Amino acid sequence: MLAGLASLAFAPAALANFITPPSGGSPNASRISDLYTVTLIIAAVIFVGVEGTLLYALVRFRKRKGRVAAQIHGNTRLELGWTMGAAVVLVALAIITFVELHSIRTPDVSGANGLSASEAIPIETDAIKPPKGPFITVQVNGQQYIWRFTYLGYGKLADQLDDPYTYYHMYVPTNTTVVLKVVSQDVVHSWWIPPLGGKVQAVPGYTNWTWFKISKPATFRGQCAFLCGRGHATMKALVTALPPKQWLAWLHTLEQNLQANKNGGAAGRSVLSKRTGSAAVENP
Amino acid sequence: MAASTLNPIPQIVTDRVEREPRGMVRWLTTTDHKRIGILYIVTSFAFFMVGGVEALMMRMQLSVSNNNLIAPEVYNQLFTMHGTTMVFLFVVPMMAGLGNYFVPLMIGARDVAFPRLNALSYWLFLAGGIVFYASVFWNPPEAGWIATVPLAESTYLPSGGVDAWIYLVHLTGLASLIGAINFFATIANMRAPGMTWSRLPLFVWTILTYSLLLIIALPVIAGAVTMLLLDRHFGTHFYDPTQGGSVLLWQNLFWFFGHPEVYVMVLPGFGIISEVLPVFARKPIFGYKAIAASTILIAFLGLLTWIHHMFTTPTPVIVLIFAMIASFLIAVPTGVKIFNWIGTLWQGSIEFRTPLIFAVSAISLFIIGGITGVFLAMFPVDWQLNDTYFVVAHLHFVLIGGSVFSIFAAIYYWFPKMTGRMLSESLGKVSCGLMFLGTLTTFLIQHSLGLDGMPRRVYEYDNIGHLELYNQISTVGSFILAAGVLVTVFNVMRSLKSGAVAGPDPWRANSLEWFTPSPPPANNFDAVPRVRSLEPMKDIRREIARRASAPRAAPTPTAGADVPSEPRVSV
Repeated sequence: MLAGLASLAFAPAALANFITPPSGGSPNASRISDLYTVTLIIAAVIFVGVEGTLLYALVRFRKRKGRVAAQIHGNTRLELGWTMGAAVVLVALAIITFVELHSIRTPDVSGANGLSASEAIPIETDAIKPPKGPFITVQVNGQQYIWRFTYLGYGKLADQLDDPYTYYHMYVPTNTTVVLKVVSQDVVHSWWIPPLGGKVQAVPGYTNWTWFKISKPATFRGQCAFLCGRGHATMKALVTALPPKQWLAWLHTLEQNLQANKNGGAAGRSVLSKRTGSAAVENP
Repeated sequence: MAASTLNPIPQIVTDRVEREPRGMVRWLTTTDHKRIGILYIVTSFAFFMVGGVEALMMRMQLSVSNNNLIAPEVYNQLFTMHGTTMVFLFVVPMMAGLGNYFVPLMIGARDVAFPRLNALSYWLFLAGGIVFYASVFWNPPEAGWIATVPLAESTYLPSGGVDAWIYLVHLTGLASLIGAINFFATIANMRAPGMTWSRLPLFVWTILTYSLLLIIALPVIAGAVTMLLLDRHFGTHFYDPTQGGSVLLWQNLFWFFGHPEVYVMVLPGFGIISEVLPVFARKPIFGYKAIAASTILIAFLGLLTWIHHMFTTPTPVIVLIFAMIASFLIAVPTGVKIFNWIGTLWQGSIEFRTPLIFAVSAISLFIIGGITGVFLAMFPVDWQLNDTYFVVAHLHFVLIGGSVFSIFAAIYYWFPKMTGRMLSESLGKVSCGLMFLGTLTTFLIQHSLGLDGMPRRVYEYDNIGHLELYNQISTVGSFILAAGVLVTVFNVMRSLKSGAVAGPDPWRANSLEWFTPSPPPANNFDAVPRVRSLEPMKDIRREIARRASAPRAAPTPTAGADVPSEPRVSV
């Protein structure tokens, strides 16, 4: 514990996740962190001002010999003043939020060395406001207690069931805007990879969405943020960004593996059905 | 006969006099608002201790990363019961208890408007608590105090725990609703002569607002949990998305109740602070009308902001903006209250007695919770902070500051009135110091836990970043906080037997409850004094001093001229 305290004191890098939210993974996370930091500075001034005044009043006006409490009932001008003051601070915060809001909510355009327009397969749905230019869409499906990622449009058939998928570990190309279509198939979950932006709830019956864009190859971790049952704490996720060429190669291998599994499964089924009769196999 | 010319003298003939019940029976059958108040206060404090133990068990589990001390389902049950207990079985009924005891006394009434309903309210509350805690012997609920659907549906949690939770909400809700109607009727109709709305004590203002909020919010949650009960047992699909139901319907209904519930819990705390500060600063409250008006305004705005609990749901951005602005607006009247409290202390002659120290600690802790609330109201920032330990820290600063510390201030302030005995000042200061230190240690670091990526309601975590260190600091703090609470429990136990005798008005306070003996007799006031200002006890003390210094034989034509029931100053 002490070693940890010492490392806190001597590692300024630790402050990033100590008094501000994580940044540096995706632009929207960094912008949230900026917005937070501006608010923190304003809040710190107010905090020190108010707590300081309170403490000063307690010390300065403590009971002492000969002190007589002033019998004041109020001061309309002063009271109007601090009401307006509080309102002005909040108007300022609201304005800052509105300025930052658009860039946090609306997906960035993919970078020049991301996936090219011919490689990216943009899938648009009603709920999603897509960026201009190439982007990819990954469907994030929450289920007790694992995340399933479907790389929409990358299957050979038009059917979404044919699209390649992974569990737990999502792979994405760098410098490419990734739009996430977030759904749930059982209870409410919440998608959250802290350095890649805010949370979105995966609500059964609804489609939610968010986005991120990662500039350098890296892996980020996160986990479900909304109570989803006994395994809530174990519902974790990894997101790894690969350079576009590597990502396409990875996707190709994934498709081959999935196809091999599919073929293997079909072969196994046919062997089984010969041995046991089809009923037991058709309805496993 | 000569007697036939006399007027008949009215006589009361009685053939049987009921003996006053004694001992336990007296407590079980009482309709006296003061006894019901004590029942409420003692019962809810017992639930506070149970909820505290649940919190300590959770902190034990989290003190080591990937700990195996407590099984996942037990951990989920613990936070469900902790949250439910603190909200439904501690803070709300504790405020009801304090309101029960002191609202009639402060407004110069002899009881509440409906004493029997008042007793019913307490017993319903107790029944709710018993039904809920009975589930400990079978399967306690594990869907959080928010009973999130579809997790709380029978598909996912078929055991009876969620049903116990539903009945708790119904029974304690009915108790609160009856209590709220009773408070409202009492305050509206039974004030002492001369006690206009602008002379109503600020604690009574907050209990009035508490009642209004409960009357508006409780029917909504009652309907919501009834639909959940129907879903679970009678084949309806209100919240089942696979059958056309809506999960967000539950979230909307729950938070339409859940957010006003926060103000139900903190506004009476603000009322206590507003009562305690002027007494110990020996100064009138600064800006009485602004404080009273801000109470009503906070309550009104509090009804508009429930969406800020749903910032990460698929909800149109325009709705999120509305909820953000409404939440921002609440900060203004809340700030006004804090500034007015500081204004009350300013240029006073502050006596550092335990009630004042608790009240000031409450303010300083609440400021932290209030400021972090502004972060959470900015919805893009909330996308990052929502459902993390940052929120846990925020809500505990709000509720421990706004409610727990002010409840402790109330205990130290009003214990002499309720029992006739003083609590130990030195033990009180030790208790406050430990609780203050414990709260800061436990919860300040939890902001960082959230920023470092730890979500709420997880029974384990990997030691990534500094999560284990932060959690250990928090756990140490929670035990300091618990020790502080125990010191007050000990103080109360000791003072009940051996505390210094308080007398009617040990603090030289301002409001009418101090006009009565300590503890007050069953009927509270033999003669209800006429109220001439916001601080009737100051007038009465001044009058006593005037009469004491005046020549004995001189009559006092001004006092008692307008009301025959003007009290004799033999207090």
